[in-house]
Amino acid sequence: MFTVPSLSDLNLAATLPATLLALGASVLLVLDLFVPKGRKALTAWLALAVLGVSLIVALLSLGDVVDLGTGEGAFFGLYIADSFTDAVSVIVLVTAMLGVAVAYNYLERTGMQRGEYYVLLLFSALGAMLMGAAGDLVTVFVALELLSIPLYILSGFRWRDEGSEESALKYFILGAFASGFLVYGIALIYGATGTTAFGGIWAATRDLLAADAATKYVLLLGAGMVLAGLGFKVAAVPFHMWTPDVYQGAPTSVVAYMSVAAKVGGFAALVRVLAWGLPDFVLSGQSAAAWQSTVWLIAALTMILGNVVAVAQNNLKRLLAYSSIAHAGYILIAVAAMGTAGVANEAARAVVIYLMAYAFTNVGAFAVIVAVERDDGGHTDIDNVRGLAKEQPVLAASMAVFMLSLAGVPLTAGFVGKWFVFKAGLAADLVPVTVIGVLTSAISAYYYLRVIWFMYFEEGEGKAQIAWPLAWGISVAAIGTLILGFFPYLLSDMARGIALAFGG
Amino acid sequence: MEAPAVATELYVLLSAVLFILGALGVLLRRNAILVFMSVELMLNAANLALVAFARQWGNGGGHLMVFFVMTVAAAEVAVGLALIVAIYRTKKSIDIDLLHRFKD
Amino acid sequence: MELTLFVIVGAIALLSAVMMLISENAVYSALFLILNFAAIAFFYLMLDAGFLAMVQLAVYAGAIMVLFLFVIMLLGADPVRHTTPRKLRWLPKAAMVLAVIFLLTASVAIIRGDVGAVGGVAPTLTADGQPLSFGSPAHIGWLLFTRYVLPLEIVALLLLVAMVGAIVLTRDSVGKRPPVVRRLANPPAELERPIVGESGQS
Repeated sequence: MFTVPSLSDLNLAATLPATLLALGASVLLVLDLFVPKGRKALTAWLALAVLGVSLIVALLSLGDVVDLGTGEGAFFGLYIADSFTDAVSVIVLVTAMLGVAVAYNYLERTGMQRGEYYVLLLFSALGAMLMGAAGDLVTVFVALELLSIPLYILSGFRWRDEGSEESALKYFILGAFASGFLVYGIALIYGATGTTAFGGIWAATRDLLAADAATKYVLLLGAGMVLAGLGFKVAAVPFHMWTPDVYQGAPTSVVAYMSVAAKVGGFAALVRVLAWGLPDFVLSGQSAAAWQSTVWLIAALTMILGNVVAVAQNNLKRLLAYSSIAHAGYILIAVAAMGTAGVANEAARAVVIYLMAYAFTNVGAFAVIVAVERDDGGHTDIDNVRGLAKEQPVLAASMAVFMLSLAGVPLTAGFVGKWFVFKAGLAADLVPVTVIGVLTSAISAYYYLRVIWFMYFEEGEGKAQIAWPLAWGISVAAIGTLILGFFPYLLSDMARGIALAFGG
Repeated sequence: MEAPAVATELYVLLSAVLFILGALGVLLRRNAILVFMSVELMLNAANLALVAFARQWGNGGGHLMVFFVMTVAAAEVAVGLALIVAIYRTKKSIDIDLLHRFKD
Repeated sequence: MELTLFVIVGAIALLSAVMMLISENAVYSALFLILNFAAIAFFYLMLDAGFLAMVQLAVYAGAIMVLFLFVIMLLGADPVRHTTPRKLRWLPKAAMVLAVIFLLTASVAIIRGDVGAVGGVAPTLTADGQPLSFGSPAHIGWLLFTRYVLPLEIVALLLLVAMVGAIVLTRDSVGKRPPVVRRLANPPAELERPIVGESGQS
């Protein structure tokens, strides 16, 4: 009675990185049952292998399709396999691999070692990848949940610890609240356009504007609510209030991974929704998309609040939480720039470059905190890194690299990211917000350099525990941060082929 | 197709009111379970709007979205209630005003 | 006729939502929420979404809310009730609510006949020219396994994650105890025994 779509209709080959990861994570969940307690290193290795295979496939297709501007659909257009998807996949997979390396010793010595940790991490990485590949608001929604729900669980992974459980519940309740806004926003967009596919929304938006229908305000409201839902994920002001508490309470190895993965997923989806679904959503009398002014206002507030509050922090996890809010602000400059016609592709590239730089730097910085932290979860204040340079010169040097990169000092990855973001901002004539970005970067130098000062010029015991997977993770992150900083064209070459498939 | 007896606008208006009530519940109630139930109310309000719009457009996209929202809600409930049970065991309370361990 | 129904059921939906928000007792709140979900299921019927109405009752008002009630009961009375004379005092009321839901649903089914095919929407045709009535299980199933197969797979994984997560989060002292539970200053003696199977009340 019905014709069933064949496998070739689904175009599974184009979705290989995600499909392999899904398969690997499911198999790992079963295999882990047969890994005896105390030998969970095997599970961690297998998780790394799954991520590695997926990463290789993603890298291969990234090389393949550099000229992609059109994009290839899979799963009836709900999955978009273009170079943006591959770039997002690469960032997420690198982050997840570093996340596994950072976690292993930490879980072992804090008594949290369970195979499910790695499985949940793989599933949430899959969610982040799918957000970058979304060609439809339905995909955005379910992928967002696949990213978030494992993160809620991982935040509460420290068993019977009030801090960990509190942070998980807080993250969960506010996350579910934000999902509500996202779903209602999707409902309104669907109501205004009759579809949830980005291509259809794009086409319907043009008709709506041509007819000057009052429905465009429904669309505007819907876009605003979707922005709020995704803004929560990336910790943009005013949806940021969960970030410091969750980062401080959750196990540090989880934060190292989640601070990057949630941002990558959230921004990838924002790029898809705004730059693809609603690029031409220009209300009469404006020169740029209707959402642009809102986004840059949020960007400005986010940068100011994140950087100013971070100055007063004494707990390192909390300091990096406010720093991560601030970095969301910088990336939002590039997102806002996508609203100006002709700048969209350059801005999307800037987002990808910034996220890549941020992935190495931020996972690395949290990995150093993992090394400094005691088994009981304490010892994460800035005082605890006093004199670290004497006891652990290599660790302190790595931390210094990460701090300089977060501050955006030249010859680090962070500088390259900021450079491209500010360039996109200026190309889109967003001068005020770009100036705010530069000024707040100067403020941020104070609190990042303060950490370096404490490590090198203050007396203290500065103890740390490093075993080999953690040391590898930190080394890879530090080397990555430096290489991307020394050879900025590595990044821009990778991103050069990124062009969003408008109206596909 | 003749105009439906009840206009889509009425359904959407009702759903907006329900959504706002749910949001108020999240912001005002202190019991974690009630906050959570308010989130469910918000999701249901969104679903009602989706179904109303689906009839308006005569396509199934809205219905499918509702279907996925329901499934995701079920997953969220499982995890959320597990968290609430876990935190109750540790703290003997699910009053979210007591969740203020961390301060600036 | 339909407008009258809309006004009545809409009033029920609003009232139950408000009552859910202002009830002091979490059990009442849950029951009011069930009533609200039932009203929304009724709207789904009026909006030609017969299948979703059924799912709404079975999954939402049924499974999900039962889980809520179960947890409220599991956590015991203290956090949710102020006065606790008799534990099952809510049972007759719950029965009445269920009876009303049943009556409402049944009356719609009787009055409107073929629930899947109501409304004036032109049937969609499949590739083979078979009519699919809008909102019917066949229509939803068709879309679910064609255009929407990707989100279907994703939510399948999501349910798996939720299962794993619920187990991980509520594990009891079966495994190794963590070496230090720093933040818990004075663990109440009660924590040492399993709580499942007891209400906090006893």
